[in-house]
Amino acid sequence: MATEAATSKMEVSATDVAVEIVGMNKWYGDFHVLRDINLKVMRGERIVIAGPSGSGKSTMIRCINRLEEHQKGNIFVDGIELTNDLKKIDEVRREVGMVFQHFNLFPHLTILENCTLAPIWVRKMPKKQAEEVAMHFLKRVKIPEQAHKYPGQLSGGQQQRVAIARSLCMNPRVMLFDEPTSALDPEMIKEVLDTMVGLAEEGMTMLCVTHEMGFARQVANRVIFMDQGQIVEQNEPAEFFDNPQHERTKLFLSQILH
Amino acid sequence: MNAEAINFVRRDMLAQEPPPGLQKGLGAWMKKNMFATPKDSVLTIIAFLILVWMVPPAVKWLFIDASWTGGGRGVCATVAQGGSQPEGWSGGCWAFVGAKFDQFLFGRYPVEERWRPILVGALFIALLIPMLMPKVPHKIINAILLFIALPIFAFVLLLGGVFGLVPVETPLWGGLMVTLILSFVGIAVSLPFGIVLALGRRSQMPVIRMICTIFIEIVRGIPLITVLFMASVMLPLFLPQGMTVDKFLRALIGVSFFASAYMAEVIRGGLQAIPKGQAEGADSLGLSYWHKMNLIILPQALKLVIPGIVNTFIGLFKDTSLVSIIGMFDLLGIVRLNFSDSNWASPVTPISGLIFAGFTFWIFCFGMSRYSGFMERLLDKGHKR
Repeated sequence: MATEAATSKMEVSATDVAVEIVGMNKWYGDFHVLRDINLKVMRGERIVIAGPSGSGKSTMIRCINRLEEHQKGNIFVDGIELTNDLKKIDEVRREVGMVFQHFNLFPHLTILENCTLAPIWVRKMPKKQAEEVAMHFLKRVKIPEQAHKYPGQLSGGQQQRVAIARSLCMNPRVMLFDEPTSALDPEMIKEVLDTMVGLAEEGMTMLCVTHEMGFARQVANRVIFMDQGQIVEQNEPAEFFDNPQHERTKLFLSQILH
Repeated sequence: MNAEAINFVRRDMLAQEPPPGLQKGLGAWMKKNMFATPKDSVLTIIAFLILVWMVPPAVKWLFIDASWTGGGRGVCATVAQGGSQPEGWSGGCWAFVGAKFDQFLFGRYPVEERWRPILVGALFIALLIPMLMPKVPHKIINAILLFIALPIFAFVLLLGGVFGLVPVETPLWGGLMVTLILSFVGIAVSLPFGIVLALGRRSQMPVIRMICTIFIEIVRGIPLITVLFMASVMLPLFLPQGMTVDKFLRALIGVSFFASAYMAEVIRGGLQAIPKGQAEGADSLGLSYWHKMNLIILPQALKLVIPGIVNTFIGLFKDTSLVSIIGMFDLLGIVRLNFSDSNWASPVTPISGLIFAGFTFWIFCFGMSRYSGFMERLLDKGHKR
């Protein structure tokens, strides 16, 4: 299972839709936080979502694995529609990995246990096999020697790489990244981004909310710019950065790229 | 005057050095902690004088002047009071405690049947000690034996009436035995039940949330004495004619309910302290609700509220003495009952009995407290996020 995920390079195919969002709307109470979101993500595509804070980008990707509930429209992940059906939600979550800004590792479990927990309890994998898979991915994020430490003993960058490995252990078909480098010291950002680049090169379908524009330029197939709960502009990275169309996009880029 | 140079480049990195010599020894310690300032010195001297004033008389009363042996009130009463002690004597009457010790342990449990509570007690200790030691394996079997098999076995053995055992009705039970049974059952029931109630109160499902909240708020809002009174006096009124529930059992249920409600709120406090990200991390991996709770949230939440849990245990342990209000004699009840024994009546008998009861309660509570401290240190994984 592990080796298959690690070695197979999935090709981008026009008929293979990983995530489809159709006319999705979400409210927090009266506040209309996401407005008419339409997005189709092909398998193997790498999408970077940018935008000012409060623009709804995190909320949008959190809807894809139902950490947030949407009130209108449809979301399909791997052909499964997200509704109130708990079984469907669990099915989607098994196939969608997520990496958080604050890592959300389980502090009472060792690194290895963090990685084997879900394969053992969700995939019903034998413990020994789960540990092999976990070590495989810990090697890939270059911290196998930390396997028996606790998250509190690791640096932020190491913790985030563990979080990536933990998600990969479930052999996900889509990976969501919610500002994975925003809580890290400048010196640690690179090691996490390198891991993500490696993942992208292997053909993982990725949706990344990030402010790392260098990463977007290098890795993304498509950059999506959001403001006020809606998609304002999307384009391939070169066009997006060099020739933005919308006024808001121009303003945003002028603020962050000096 | 030279201005500080603006440019600087370090040529050699400094090696790590040990801290400057720390002062060690009793003298340095006392200087730092007792006589650092004139105010400290004055406070130290006052505290010392208070100790000198209080400790020797207490030691004298408790140990030196105390009557350790004797067969009746004579050894604990002065000549004027009809005893053998000199005028003006006062000291602990430990002879009374010694003479009544068996009763303090077992209440009025028939003497020839006391091997039964002793056997239960021995089994309890044999199962409890490995349970408390983290390194001993087979925790699940141990827990099943301790929390399920032992209570059933103890119930049958202590009550008797089957397998040729002489029946011993619960009104005859008493002393430390009753205190321990009540608190053990209360503790063993309140923890799981409290967890369920706490989870229920935070549930997404309105009906479950409401039921749990109502239970907690009602039980928590009533004094334990009232719960026990209602269990003892009012419950029989509602039961059909001829049907009775043993008074001891009713007290057990009352105490367990009461402790569960408190426990639920302690645990809810722990659940609320766990960052939302932990639940989201578990959700994002596809863990089910029960896996998420059992593997991620509860282990962290319970560890966080160990002091609160043990606080509730200790409170429960001491509250069991309230069962004397419904005519049952726990440790304190049986000690007080013996004050009226004319064979031992003397001015120092009650205070001696109460000191013994207090000391016994303290031993158990202090044990729980130390064990909780041990668990806290054991479970501390240097957590930080």
